Amino acid sequence: MTTAILTRPTLGQRVAGPLAALVGFLRLLARRPVGLAGFIGIVFFLLLAFVVPFFVPLTNDPNVGAIYQPPSLAHPLSTDFQGKDVLNQIVYGGRDILLVAILAAFFSTVIAITLGSLAAIVGGRLDAALVAITDVALTVPQLILLIAVAAILRPTSLFFVAVILGLLQWSNLLLQIRAQVLSLKERDYVEAARSLDLGLFHIIFREILPTMRSYIVINFVLAVSQAMYAQVGIILLGLVPLSGTNWGIMLYFARDQGALFFRDSLWYILSPIVAISLVQLSLVYFASALEEIFNPRLGGA
Amino acid sequence: MTAVPVATKPIGVRWNPRRYFGPLWRHPIARAFLKALLTVWVTTTITFFLIRLMPGSPVELKIDELIQTANGALTYDDARAIASGLFAINLNAPLHEQYLSFIWSLLHLDLGKSFLSSGTNVTTIILAVLPWTLFSVGTGLLLSFVVGIGLGLLAAYRRNSLLDRVVSTAGSFVSSVPNYLIALLLIVFVGVQWRLVNFTSMRGAYSSGMQPGFTLDFIGDIFYHAALPITIYFLTQIGHWILSMRSATLSALEEDYVTAARARGLSDGRIRSAYVGRNAVLPLVTQLAISVGFIVGGAAIIEQIFAYQGVGLRLLDAVRQRDYPIIQGIVLLTTVSVVVANLAADLLYSKLDPRIGRAGGAAG
Repeated sequence: MTTAILTRPTLGQRVAGPLAALVGFLRLLARRPVGLAGFIGIVFFLLLAFVVPFFVPLTNDPNVGAIYQPPSLAHPLSTDFQGKDVLNQIVYGGRDILLVAILAAFFSTVIAITLGSLAAIVGGRLDAALVAITDVALTVPQLILLIAVAAILRPTSLFFVAVILGLLQWSNLLLQIRAQVLSLKERDYVEAARSLDLGLFHIIFREILPTMRSYIVINFVLAVSQAMYAQVGIILLGLVPLSGTNWGIMLYFARDQGALFFRDSLWYILSPIVAISLVQLSLVYFASALEEIFNPRLGGA
Repeated sequence: MTAVPVATKPIGVRWNPRRYFGPLWRHPIARAFLKALLTVWVTTTITFFLIRLMPGSPVELKIDELIQTANGALTYDDARAIASGLFAINLNAPLHEQYLSFIWSLLHLDLGKSFLSSGTNVTTIILAVLPWTLFSVGTGLLLSFVVGIGLGLLAAYRRNSLLDRVVSTAGSFVSSVPNYLIALLLIVFVGVQWRLVNFTSMRGAYSSGMQPGFTLDFIGDIFYHAALPITIYFLTQIGHWILSMRSATLSALEEDYVTAARARGLSDGRIRSAYVGRNAVLPLVTQLAISVGFIVGGAAIIEQIFAYQGVGLRLLDAVRQRDYPIIQGIVLLTTVSVVVANLAADLLYSKLDPRIGRAGGAAG
């Protein structure tokens, strides 16, 4: 017995644990068809954006002979105003958008978690100040501020765009994290850790945050969708440099070149719209399914 | 709700502001006012630093531009004086005095002068477009609120019926798709593919020949031009109200006071309106205020797509022309209008829920 406990887990055991958890999770998810569809949608678009480009050559050269061609075998989603293949652009156009959205969500989640739990645990003046700042950030019309900031700072790199987006959307999550930590910090195990003098860092990251894991994941998924909304919005307005291929830039040019008002360009315009909408729907539906799974009491059913 | 933290253990806090500001901070209405002031002040400060201190600050850019266009006829100091007049900042003063003079002129509603429209006051320019945005956003929001609340209530009462499923599914669908994409879809299908609506005639805030005034013709024309933005604000908000109202009603239905009211033999209609409906709708009123800010921001894209002459479209024109005083003015004035909407909602909330009005009560 004792030896069995003392031996380190084999590779098989190490993989088996999380694998079983994953299978269990998928089984729970399978009971919620809409949530499962969301999950599949997310996986599909992640594969499309990050894996498929390795197998499909980029065809980025304008082709004057093939402008606004209807869907065909060669161009399943038709061609755009420069004769470029739309399907090819959809394949290559997801990476930047998703990358920036995920990065921005990561930044905002980290800010919200750190400051939110700090406010709740330290309390006092720091708490009052952080809550006041958050209240302000919650009220300011964010997209207007985003437009002004983008206009003045003129972001040139995607990383910079992600930082700006992340800095604008942490407020809501911060208040929720703070409220949760406020109730969690009265629990016995946190009291125990505090009386053992384990330090603020240990208490926040090892005792309190793990219990909020599912909650954080749900909010991360929603933050990705918000960041994507704002990001495509400012691309559509032409406020970020229009280099490379992405779904937002496709839409920008579709408007700019008047393809929007052109009857035969239906497929060209619909493709990025459908791609962005599907990602957004997948994220939201997946998040609400997660909420039902982790928090069954709140489930609307 | 972010309850005021009841300080159970003020460990290591020597100076507790709550002891001094407590009574004021805890009074919900006083707090709402303080919060409003704070928000406006913070936005003002951010704007000041953005235009003054960031690398490539608009003020320095303008000075350079003035010198270059004058072709040597202007000295640096002259150009600086002109830029200083345009931004309503005294550039020769030390930074903290510049900041104070900036705030001082804001208090006089002096937001500087436009770079392009031959020095017109920014305030005049914005006040000409702000009403259109507030009108279209307000109408769309109120319509979606009323209809959404009704549908949500209905869906909760007919839980798991066909109506409930259709309404809930449609609601979560339209609220997940970005509003500007729905706007584009509207143009693509209703305007271009099916040719049901002539979009070009709906551009602008009202038709060019119209005399503004309280005539039926003019009011009809206003609604005709605002119809598309209003439709979008309506469609993208209604899902949220349906879902929130549905779940608020479902939880209100399980409360003891509903059972008690049933036991007392009150009519269904009375229970629905006075007991369930009223309690379920309360928390949504504060959300109404938060969504004002969200939609006013989102309006920038919608107005650009439909060419509707509101704040958002003016902001984007200013961005394209690098007319920084206007950008700054629009950020400030939209913040003020959102803050006022929030304040109104806070006051309304304390009216609707008498418990809130009292200091130290169940403050939100």
